Parts: sequence; C-alpha cells; structure tokens
Amino acid sequence: MARMTATNERDRCVACGVCANVCPREAVSIFKGCYAIVDEALCIGCGLCEKACPAGVMHRVERVKN
Amino acid sequence: MTKKKKKWSDYLWIVSATYFTMGFFNISFAWLGTICFLIPLLMATFGGGKGYCNHYCGRGQLFLEIGNTLGWSRQKVAPRWLSSRWFRNGFLVFFLFFFIQMIWLTVQVGQGAESLHETIHLLWSFHVPWHWAYRTQLDPWLAQYAFGLYGIMLTSLIVGVVLTVVYRPRTWCVFCPMGNMTQIISKSKA
Repeated sequence: MARMTATNERDRCVACGVCANVCPREAVSIFKGCYAIVDEALCIGCGLCEKACPAGVMHRVERVKN
Repeated sequence: MTKKKKKWSDYLWIVSATYFTMGFFNISFAWLGTICFLIPLLMATFGGGKGYCNHYCGRGQLFLEIGNTLGWSRQKVAPRWLSSRWFRNGFLVFFLFFFIQMIWLTVQVGQGAESLHETIHLLWSFHVPWHWAYRTQLDPWLAQYAFGLYGIMLTSLIVGVVLTVVYRPRTWCVFCPMGNMTQIISKSKA
C-alpha cells in the first residue's frame, strides 16, 4: 500500500469535483454533493488532487498505520 | 497511471464558449443562460447533488481548458478566505442582490415604467453599450432580461478567467453562487 494518501478538509470543501475528475484511480468521489471523500484503499497518494484543488483543501499526507 | 477516457460531457466547454460568442452577435441567445441557473438547482433539489458542477458545468470546463490545456494559469492555490463560509455566503447575497435588481428592471421594462437599456452591466459597475447585438426585435422585457442575464454571465466569466490565470482553474467555483446554493441544498438533504 502506498505510503501517502489524500485527505480532505470537509468543512471547507466546496464539492466542485475537480479532485474526483483528476484522480487516476477513481479513489475520490463527491458525497451527496456535500464534500469530497477519499477511498484510502484505492488512493495511491499521487497528489494530483492536491495540485488541482482550487480551494486548497485536498492534502497529500502520510498514511496513518492501523 | 491510466489516462481517463473522455465522455461527451467533457466537451460542454464548447457549448459555453459558443454561448459567450453568440452574445456578441445576437443578445437573444443570452436567454439560454437560464439553463445554467435552473438545471443545477433542479438537480440538487431532486437528489442529483452537485452533479451539474461535477460533470456538466461548461463554464468550469472552460476555465480548465484555459488554465490547463492552454497553460494560462500560475497554478497557485487561492487565499483560504475565498473558501470561508462568510465569504461564500456574503458573495451569494451580493450576487442575489444584483440578480433581483436585474429581474426588477425586466419587470419595470415590461410594465413600461422603464425604457429598454441596450447595455450590459459588467463587473457590477460598468454599463457597457451592447446595442449592436440587438439584432432580433423582441418584446422589450424579453430583450431586457437577455441584456441583464448576459451581463451577469459575462461578469462571472471575466472574474473566473482572471482567477484562473492568477490562481488555479476553477477558482471561481470556490465561491460560485450557484455552486454554493446547490451545496446548501445538498447538505440540507444529506
């Protein structure tokens, strides 16, 4: 599993869908028009969503180990 | 990484570009902009969430074409206050004020209390002569709505393009009044 993953500041996310559209693994989706959610099992931590997010609320972070 | 296959809906920026071009030649086409106001609200109301913003907003796609395909963007993230709740809601109120003012002028022209203004109101400040685009004789109120709506549409295009160049493509979407309204509706239904 990739070392990095994407995470989202849900309270500031505007749900525009840019992150979901750029994600090459379809790991990001928009939850009921409210905010973006990341499926960490699919996310490879490439950071494309972070670079594309116009609000700057998607972040590439170290994956939390369980 | 796999490259995503393009769908028909990825080309709606062409529709948006055509719309803005047509408004320079015949203002009657501005009426079609009503679709951009009604469809997002209807989709959000009937369970489609922000499907319009996510897949079908031609204007958002146009910003992506300008910023990414043409490369006319500094790709810098916008200041955080742009995505704050107070700014987004404040801008929504500001937008609605001008939208209601536009509708009120349309009503007054329809009642004969005001004469037709063959101008478009740009950037909430400038009344720009646009009489040369009044090619088809319409009822005065129909023409007034077209001039008014086109001014709103062109204003958001100008602001959106400037933000695309200075920050990232679709920075306009961060505080777009339609996007804010559809998110409010979506959150109330989630």
